[in-house]
Amino acid sequence: MSADTSTAATAPPVPARPQQAPSWRRFATWDTAVVLVTVGVVLIAALGVDNFGTGRNFGFLVLELAPVLVLALPLTLIIITGEIDLSVASTVGLTSAAMGVMWNAGLPLETIVPLTVLVGAVLGAVNGFFVTTLGLPSLAVTIGTLALYRGLAFVLLGDGAVADWPRAFTDWAIGDLGRTPVPNVVLPILVLVAVFAVVLHATPVGRAVYATGANETAASFSGIATLRLKFWLFVTSGAVAGLVGVFWTLRFSSARGDNASGLELTVVAAVLLGGVSIFGGKGALPGVVAGVVLLTSLQNALRLASVSAEALTVVTGFLLIVSVLLPNVLASARQRIGRRSGPTARPPTTPGPPAAGERKSR
Amino acid sequence: MVRSDQPVLAVEGVGKSFGAVKAVEDVSFPLYGGEVHALVGENGAGKSTIVKMLAGVHRPDSGRILVDGQPLEVDQPRDALAAGIAVIYQEPTLFPDLSVAENIFLGRQPLRWARRINTRALHAQAAELFTRLGVRIDVERPASGLSIADQQLVEIAKALSAEARVIVMDEPTAALSGHEVERLFAVARSLRADGAALLFISHRFGEITALCQRVTVMRDGRHVSTDPIEDLTVEEMVRRMVGRDLGDLRPKQDVTPGKVVLSVRGLTRAGAFAGVSFDVRAGEIVALAGLVGAGRSEVVRAVFGIDGRDSGEVTVNGRAVPAHKPRAAMAAGVALVPEDRRQQGLVMDLSIQRNTTLVRRGSLSRFGLLLGGAERRFAQDWTARLQTKYGSLDNPVNTLSGGNQQKVVLAKWLSTEPTVLIVDEPTRGIDIGTKAEVHRLLSNLAADGVAIVMVSSELPEVIGMADRVLVMREGRVAAELTRAEVDERSIMRAATGGDVAA
Amino acid sequence: MSAVDTAPAPEGVQDRDLLGTVLRFRAVGIVLALLVLVAVTTAVNPRFLGAQGVRDLLLGASVTVLLAVGLTLVVITRGIDLSVGSTLGLSAFVTGSVLEAAPALGVPGGMVVGLLVGAACGGVNALVIAVGGVPPLVATLGTLYVFRGIVYFVAGGSRISASDLPSGFLAFGTARLLGVPILFLVALVVLAVAAVHLGQNRSGRDLYAIGSNPEAARLAGVATTRRLVGAYVACGALAGLGGVLYAARFGTVDASAGSGLELQVVAAVVVGGVAIFGGSGSVVGAALGALLLTVIGYSLPVLGIDQFWSQAIVGALILAAIGLDRVVSLRAASSSRAKASHVR
Repeated sequence: MSADTSTAATAPPVPARPQQAPSWRRFATWDTAVVLVTVGVVLIAALGVDNFGTGRNFGFLVLELAPVLVLALPLTLIIITGEIDLSVASTVGLTSAAMGVMWNAGLPLETIVPLTVLVGAVLGAVNGFFVTTLGLPSLAVTIGTLALYRGLAFVLLGDGAVADWPRAFTDWAIGDLGRTPVPNVVLPILVLVAVFAVVLHATPVGRAVYATGANETAASFSGIATLRLKFWLFVTSGAVAGLVGVFWTLRFSSARGDNASGLELTVVAAVLLGGVSIFGGKGALPGVVAGVVLLTSLQNALRLASVSAEALTVVTGFLLIVSVLLPNVLASARQRIGRRSGPTARPPTTPGPPAAGERKSR
Repeated sequence: MVRSDQPVLAVEGVGKSFGAVKAVEDVSFPLYGGEVHALVGENGAGKSTIVKMLAGVHRPDSGRILVDGQPLEVDQPRDALAAGIAVIYQEPTLFPDLSVAENIFLGRQPLRWARRINTRALHAQAAELFTRLGVRIDVERPASGLSIADQQLVEIAKALSAEARVIVMDEPTAALSGHEVERLFAVARSLRADGAALLFISHRFGEITALCQRVTVMRDGRHVSTDPIEDLTVEEMVRRMVGRDLGDLRPKQDVTPGKVVLSVRGLTRAGAFAGVSFDVRAGEIVALAGLVGAGRSEVVRAVFGIDGRDSGEVTVNGRAVPAHKPRAAMAAGVALVPEDRRQQGLVMDLSIQRNTTLVRRGSLSRFGLLLGGAERRFAQDWTARLQTKYGSLDNPVNTLSGGNQQKVVLAKWLSTEPTVLIVDEPTRGIDIGTKAEVHRLLSNLAADGVAIVMVSSELPEVIGMADRVLVMREGRVAAELTRAEVDERSIMRAATGGDVAA
Repeated sequence: MSAVDTAPAPEGVQDRDLLGTVLRFRAVGIVLALLVLVAVTTAVNPRFLGAQGVRDLLLGASVTVLLAVGLTLVVITRGIDLSVGSTLGLSAFVTGSVLEAAPALGVPGGMVVGLLVGAACGGVNALVIAVGGVPPLVATLGTLYVFRGIVYFVAGGSRISASDLPSGFLAFGTARLLGVPILFLVALVVLAVAAVHLGQNRSGRDLYAIGSNPEAARLAGVATTRRLVGAYVACGALAGLGGVLYAARFGTVDASAGSGLELQVVAAVVVGGVAIFGGSGSVVGAALGALLLTVIGYSLPVLGIDQFWSQAIVGALILAAIGLDRVVSLRAASSSRAKASHVR
């Protein structure tokens, strides 16, 4: 029981962030729930929607899922530290366009691929600079770069496309492993997921990520270089987006300025659905993977069921909102039920949703 | 000096508990109009809880607060203001983007036709308030960039405009210069002359005797006494606050200090401190004493590298520590247990295990991975060494008591096996038993050769634990006192820069 | 009562001068940029500043100004509304459809429909944000897509063309009063009303308070939830009105109307000096920003710059505006902190 006699002089009371139940228990619940819902949706789709459960569709689904999942990995870490990166899809577009330009300039693909990833890293570093060195809110910064990068992608390629990619590579991108229905890209994806999962959950860096998101002040008092951490997370997000840019270009055999347009919605929605808190400090990768699978399977199944693409965006947008609304509603319901003074009885802070977000203006 | 017989506000038998901890129990005292009433007590005496109840942040569990004889019913701070009670906090929160006048009158701006704000009247009324207070502040300027002293005056003007009859000032002079304190007192006296009842919370006895007519002493959550100021000497006040012979405290073991481990020269940072120099030897405990706002925490934060420095040097065992790099200080063997446990010392939402292992997380990893039970064993080991009581290591730290939370912070830093340990208010807000444990711990560490810098506002702690005391005032080291020279009056005299009135 | 002086006034005055100069500088800066841009463009093509050219500019700016005014209300409270473009599209389509079905409603009827649609969209945002506690980013990112999806759904691939709309309504879109397009005058009127509300109404000042220090606002008894709901509903309603103007001006409305407009409006608002952190800024500034952005859009083809640059410019402007604001405020804060300290 912590007594609130800890300050000699009083400061005006500050309302807490939305009360979230003790991390462990709550996490296990949300993550399990998402996984269960995902499994449920996939089963229902397999049974109810024609062509969903085929090997061919499985391959197609994986190809759809790949960019979202890969982009969601660094975004998860960024959101856990309390920031956001809305420019991921535009970075994919710009790196794809850059790739096209380099190809037209005659560079070999072996050189282009790493250069594209490097371009992505630089684009991420720009975000990192504005957020950490200038101390600007990542929401505003990445809205700006969302526009800037997409715009530059159009400047590079205009309306056109670069489409003469070597068959060997484009075939690999959409091809399967041997005769199985499993696409080639599954291997690199699994590797990436494994790497990020290990980093987030089992390395000192991952511990630092959680600490930074939960209480940046305390994290820096513990010697964590929080700004540097965030900077490199943005760089990573950009580099990964560059990788996705390569994949996207090869998969569709087309580098275009509007590649991946609007994809940021799906990625953010998937991460939040996966149980990562938009307020920072909480979240886990298994949930995010489930969230991505859930969202893309749903989109795939609805498309197969002849639901229009626009209806899909309605669903995705709706799920994005629900992913934050639901925990809030549950938390306040839990607060109302659990009024008995348990071990967390503390001087009551003013409950309720934060007004229009914290100074980070999210 | 006006005083009527019925108190404007009366605290009657008020009690408040948080969980199982009784913050305040059966406290009663009256506030008369036309008087400045001092409320004194050590940290943890319950003063801030009383203030929060007056402000309407908490409701008393027992007892009541009467305003003009009527019980006060508050659900939220606005109700307290409506009842005529205004609280001026040490760090006021104004609206930085709005003008001073708007800050004062937000929600109550004078109107003209069509419900539009009458800007001229707004400015005129605000200016009039400041004239009444006898100060000159530009009412049209934005509130951002105002000094703390000016911000407090704006808060006072706000209170006046709401016709507050009870004005509570919580450690208002902590961050003020001598000149600004004088100005504040002049304002307080004019408020008094108008018949308001002022409650003045402070540790500074010189100010109390200069300004107040009545003083209430609290200790350990209970009311000790309420007397007219002329009936009490400062020594008597202190004795009632502390309530025990200083000899009761286990003093630090005598240790022959070793060589100089930490050396600070000419440390300066604009706006916080200037020209601070001191040495700490192995086995020594050097205390930084002084009033709140003197710059002590700022100094140690700069030594550790959380804050930068404009000039000066910090060397540990002869090697210079670069500025503004906590990692470098940590590599040199410096550890800082910060002042604010909840905001700086711990990540409240994370588990005990995660908090304990946070600083050493790198060294616990093998091939870069944190696997196996390494973290678990480490956390078990260190929490056990400090005799920390907890349910499970996976529980979040905010389920622990204040004392056990402090132990987690200490465990976290002691696990780095520092050569220099800086502790900032190490026993603030924790119970007596744990306090003693922490003191014993620090004493043992010193005996093992650790150099300790202790920032503390609790005089008995300073006197009992320190080999040397550096008293800071307004950002500079005002005095250095040896164990022999140190007593409460000498510290207070150096801290306030004047004689403590008898 | 003795009159005791404060610390010498000149310091305080200096601070205000700096801040005041910067603020004035901002509006001055925009006007300057406008003048330079217009001058350069007119040099290339004198018709840019001809009567028709100016009319086109004002017409083009009307919708953006309207949306920028609405967005300002929300940004001042430290929020954001990314769904304004989609709201505009939904309103334009619904208004067009209603007028097609019931042409007798005319312009006033059309406006009412548009305002209602917009207000409903704003209301959804308000509910999710102010009551549901969802951060404005997430909420409006979601509604951006939900509303857009609804338009597509409702439109079902069809579009409304000029021939479907009542001629009176279309005339409204091109009408002029004393040479100034009526649509622009509508925007100006809204601007004036909003400016008065924000500057001189208690509820308007409350919005600034909420953005400046939300906790203090709550403690001070500001009806935070009510104000926030009002701000988001108003923002949506103005976007809805923008949809009506859009339909009147272009006559042709399909499901993609207003797509991507939100970025332009955000840029207009931050360029116009509305702080992304909330608490400060004016609708007049935002309107100037909207005007600047419109002029940029029109001058690009004249200057021979590829249209594809326009989005990149919008993004660059956002970054430049918030970056500049930040650098200036950091400098102001550190200088006043040093001055205000009692440590000498």
